[in-house]
Amino acid sequence: MKGSSRAHAALIWAVVVTAIAVPIAAAAMSPLLQWRGAVYIAAGFAGIVAMALLLLQPLLVAGALPGLSGRSGRLVHRWAGGLLVVTVVVHVAALWVTSPPDVIDALLFASPTPFSFWGVVAMWAVFASALLAALRWRLPLRPQTWRLAHTGLAAVIVVGSVVHAMLIEGTMETISKFVLCALVTVATLKVIVGLNIRIRRSR
Amino acid sequence: MTDIITTRRTLLAATGAIVSTGIAGLILPAQAKGVAATPSMRGGANNYLSGAPIVERIGGGGFWMTGTVRRAGDGAPLQGQRIQVWAHTTEGDERDARSHGATLTDANGEFRLEMPQIVPAFGQAHAHLAYDSDEFETVFLRPVMASASETRLSADFVLQPA
Repeated sequence: MKGSSRAHAALIWAVVVTAIAVPIAAAAMSPLLQWRGAVYIAAGFAGIVAMALLLLQPLLVAGALPGLSGRSGRLVHRWAGGLLVVTVVVHVAALWVTSPPDVIDALLFASPTPFSFWGVVAMWAVFASALLAALRWRLPLRPQTWRLAHTGLAAVIVVGSVVHAMLIEGTMETISKFVLCALVTVATLKVIVGLNIRIRRSR
Repeated sequence: MTDIITTRRTLLAATGAIVSTGIAGLILPAQAKGVAATPSMRGGANNYLSGAPIVERIGGGGFWMTGTVRRAGDGAPLQGQRIQVWAHTTEGDERDARSHGATLTDANGEFRLEMPQIVPAFGQAHAHLAYDSDEFETVFLRPVMASASETRLSADFVLQPA
């Protein structure tokens, strides 16, 4: 590996690690934590970890993370997808334990808070996307159709999650939350657009 | 006679004024009926506990929940009405019994209840209020604070006789 490419790899990892570590550290210093129980705090951090995974997912599948390109990137993408399902389930379950009626309202799309709608839409898209991935070889879908469905759901997940997070007044610090959301959006867009170009060229 | 309607312009203006007043009177009959009852808000009843005690203040105080209670129709202030308040505060979450308290309205239909500072929970800094006695229809409100740094919040009830 040449010096410049090694520096390039280090820079990419530095940006990714910073984009994830800073919002988590900032949320860990939120004054709101002192007035919340352990389960409610866990719910919030599960949501933040889920958002961090949304940054890794497009980068992993596109092989954009140095050292995790090609097969290994796609393998970690699958594991990260499974972890994303777990974090979303923990997020919703822990919120349910904290305040059952608020979560029931959200799941029934009857909540007074607009961000609940976006969060619940993103949740169902995460489940659908994971199911699509788990059943990939058992579904009678052409590769192009499968990819269109999976990336379509990914777009719904990202839009839903970003709007959900930005509308919430919670433990996440505003600027680091905005930067993470912006990076998630840009990374997803870039990978979806790049994927379409590659598919068109290969035809 | 010529002093009143001297020009074509004033004639048109006067005609316009008479017509618009007449139309407004036809399409806005609700004003004649008076004050409409306040509907319950979405999520207003979440974590409601019936029979919260009437208290001097909830916990250590420092935050003021205020508002008015009036009767639907004539808008008359209602004295002695029991209003229940609860919220996620610096001293407990919405499900804790110690976060709940009630107060009574004065002769002007106004209520004031001191409580701990409300902090953002479930995405918004908000409170819950209930009118849940028998005389009028039950109403649940869920006002949201414009900013989490505010130290007061108000909510107004217009009640429909049960």
